[in-house]
Amino acid sequence: MPDDSPLIRARGLVKRFGTFTAVDGIDFELRRGEAFGFLGPNGAGKSSTMRMIGCVSPPTAGELTILGLDSVRDGAAIRARLGVVPQEDTLDVELTVRENLYVYGRYFGLPRAVISERAAALLDFVQLADRAGDQVEPLSGGMKRRLTIARSLINAPDILLLDEPTTGLDPQARHVVWDRLFRLKRQGVTLVLTTHYMDEAEQLCDRLVVMDGGRIAAQGTPRGLIGEYSTPEVLELRFDPADHDAAADKLTAVPATRREVLADRILLYVPDGDATLAQVRALGLDPLTSLVRRSTLEDVFLRLTGRQLGE
Amino acid sequence: MDAGTALTGAPTGAPRATTPGWPFAFRQFRFWLTDYRRTWRGSIYSSLLNPLLFLSAMGLGLGSMIDKHGTARLGGVSYLVFLAPGLLAATAMQTGVGEATYPVFGSVKWNKTYQAASATPLRPADIFHGHLLFVTMRLAMNCGMFLAVAAALGAVSSPMVLLALPVAVLTGLAFVAPIEAWAVTRTTDTSFAMIFRFGLIPLFLFSGIFFPITQLPVWLRPVAYATPLWHGVALCRALALGTATPGASLLHVVYLLAVAAAGVFAGQRTYRRRLYV
Ligand SMILES: Nc1ncnc2c1ncn2[C@@H]1O[C@H](COP(=O)(O)OP(=O)(O)O)[C@@H](O)[C@H]1O
Ligand SMILES: [Mg+2]
Repeated sequence: MPDDSPLIRARGLVKRFGTFTAVDGIDFELRRGEAFGFLGPNGAGKSSTMRMIGCVSPPTAGELTILGLDSVRDGAAIRARLGVVPQEDTLDVELTVRENLYVYGRYFGLPRAVISERAAALLDFVQLADRAGDQVEPLSGGMKRRLTIARSLINAPDILLLDEPTTGLDPQARHVVWDRLFRLKRQGVTLVLTTHYMDEAEQLCDRLVVMDGGRIAAQGTPRGLIGEYSTPEVLELRFDPADHDAAADKLTAVPATRREVLADRILLYVPDGDATLAQVRALGLDPLTSLVRRSTLEDVFLRLTGRQLGE
Repeated sequence: MDAGTALTGAPTGAPRATTPGWPFAFRQFRFWLTDYRRTWRGSIYSSLLNPLLFLSAMGLGLGSMIDKHGTARLGGVSYLVFLAPGLLAATAMQTGVGEATYPVFGSVKWNKTYQAASATPLRPADIFHGHLLFVTMRLAMNCGMFLAVAAALGAVSSPMVLLALPVAVLTGLAFVAPIEAWAVTRTTDTSFAMIFRFGLIPLFLFSGIFFPITQLPVWLRPVAYATPLWHGVALCRALALGTATPGASLLHVVYLLAVAAAGVFAGQRTYRRRLYV
């Protein structure tokens, strides 16, 4: 396989559960060494897509080629070269940390000596070496997640799939996981991850697709998407709830590329937030709080779908 | 080695799609062995204690009363010797159903070790076959321990009883395969208690273990003939007492094999449907 051919290639990929369409004809390609993300809210179809890529969910329609092989016919051979971190941990909590790696290594047919060597290196890498002999059950959520990541690397995979790697973790535990994933990325590991955190997508992904309702709403680099679908700056205004609607009306007089009236805030998409804030004050409006910030993927999502990611 | 060189390194020596299934199933079997390492001690105690209790209470206690009234209906052997091969088959059923219900359900529902395995080269059928291999080992262990206890209590009349061991294992598998095929489809564990209460206990009592089924009302006998347990009991006993005939033995074996094979066929499909959604 020539090195520039895509590692994953999906064309018109569809997944239906009964009459419900979870993934509605998506196309994407993944190249070697990149970190590729699916960003979307709950129910967007991210996990359904990941499970098809993981060859544990046959596509209802469309083409899916992974490492040059057919995802249905060659599922076992493909899975041998994937690392999978599923959305829900599937660790054997009754075994020890090390036993989990051994069991998994054996599933890939690795010799004992190879598993030993890799397990030691991987437990170091995810900072669990001191817990190697402990049972998994009492470990914290963040530790379990890191163990799942170590386990997914035991077969030295060509592609690492991470389905919401930090969902449910507290901020500190998330940062530890991000740090480890960032190192993998720096080492040239090909990553595919899903997330509904725009900061996660912005930090980790070279390229991403925005997914909503089973479809791809847009794709590109984080910077590129923000450039294409948002303005450089955003002015966020919060008014007293009693004045919120009246203020929203008045603000139509302020020039802005776009405005979003949310339940609790009003967002003005503009090239220069401070200049716009001056214009707002000149109108006699006095917001309770005002914030000028750079556009994020959250704004891209809002623009594309009319909804916020967290909703 | 740092994680990076492991990751970007050479191929992993992974099997091809064309690799036959048994090596894969064996990997799942090894998983169950690792799992069993935590609980084997306790399981061995109960595997020895159960036959000891049953054979001494029923075989020796009750048996001494029965033997006084003559043993002609039992084929001329003591009640203890009559009972032991039947209980052997029942032990296989009991062990098998225990392994085929909660452990399978737990693997797909609680611990999700089946989902973990299905993200590797293993296919659903490999995961199923791997557990069947493990349960076959457990059946052989428990039946072997049963025979050892039976021999120690004088419940064994000839070494021919060793022939009954594989038959008992097959009897267990005739329960294991179909029940696993069904257990993996469950979303709650409520029906398992029903199996034990309304399935195993009547089978245990009315399959010719404690008395020949010729003692049953005529209308009830066909029910006994249809259950795998009766075939297992009848053949184990015939082999143990040296009364087996080729025709009847073949019939029993074919029946048990057919039930087990149907279960394997079904399980290959239900495992796939459950794990590949
Ligand atoms: N096995 C299933 N059966 C029926 N519906 C499902 C199943 N799995 C997912 N869905 C539905 O498909 C949609 C997409 O789900 P999912 O891919 O898990 O989204 P995400 O991971 O983006 O949150 C959801 O509405 C979900 O309820
Ligand atoms: Mg999901």
